Amino acid sequence: MVLNCRHVWDYISGYLDNTLAPETRADVEHHLEHCEICSAVLDSTRNILILTADDRVFELPLGYSERLHARLTKAMLEIPPPADEKDEEEPPS
Amino acid sequence: MIAEILAGQTDAFHELIRPYERSVYLMALSLLHNEAEAEDVAQEAFIKAYRGLGRFRSESRFSTWLIAIALNEARARLRRKQPRLTDSIDDPDGSIVPAQLTDWREIPSETLERQEMRSLIRRALAALPLAYREVFVLRELEERNVKETAETLGITVASVKMRLHRARMMLQKQLAPQLISAAPKRRRRFPWF
Repeated sequence: MVLNCRHVWDYISGYLDNTLAPETRADVEHHLEHCEICSAVLDSTRNILILTADDRVFELPLGYSERLHARLTKAMLEIPPPADEKDEEEPPS
Repeated sequence: MIAEILAGQTDAFHELIRPYERSVYLMALSLLHNEAEAEDVAQEAFIKAYRGLGRFRSESRFSTWLIAIALNEARARLRRKQPRLTDSIDDPDGSIVPAQLTDWREIPSETLERQEMRSLIRRALAALPLAYREVFVLRELEERNVKETAETLGITVASVKMRLHRARMMLQKQLAPQLISAAPKRRRRFPWF
């Protein structure tokens, strides 16, 4: 099947996640071979995902861990120790 | 380790949560956009996790359970801050037209050493609609799989895939032109010089 650019854009995530059906993936690859714009859309999306997931984008505040454990220590003294109670499935909200 | 804690060795809780300190903070920050509030929410989430540890079921991953608590806590804080907040997803069926750049060139990770580049990415993430941002953060930053993301958010796998795709395309549309403008230009090397 011959795909146009808009079809390919809809398949970008599936292509990156490798979840497209083999024939669809082959159609997308065929389109990418001769379409400079869609190749750039694919490359830039992939690149942006790598940059976004980089730990440097969101850094932990200085002293975060120390403050967290200090507060936990204090709270753990004030509340009763947790006991096994497997009746409920939902996480506490 | 959870069994030990439930048996009374409560100090082990500190070690149990150490690997997840960053994930929980990141989840809160991605919703609240405020470091102090995100830190407070993270602390509250860990305290709630301690309090509710007896209800944790070993069939699910501890990290998934913990992230769900952090998400609920951050959502509650957000509702208190903005009670009328409705996160409408405009035009959920329409396709997003990505930025079409014929001069795209790879942006190396080293550029993240620059504050300007990190800010561009943080702002673009913050601009995503909340429903897309939650999915994006869980999938791309927290590295949850599609099923775990769906369970955490209480939505279908198909919705996760749709929202993730749209979040990625929105980020590409906004960020690609900005990043290419902000990234340092490579020096051209002319072999005849």
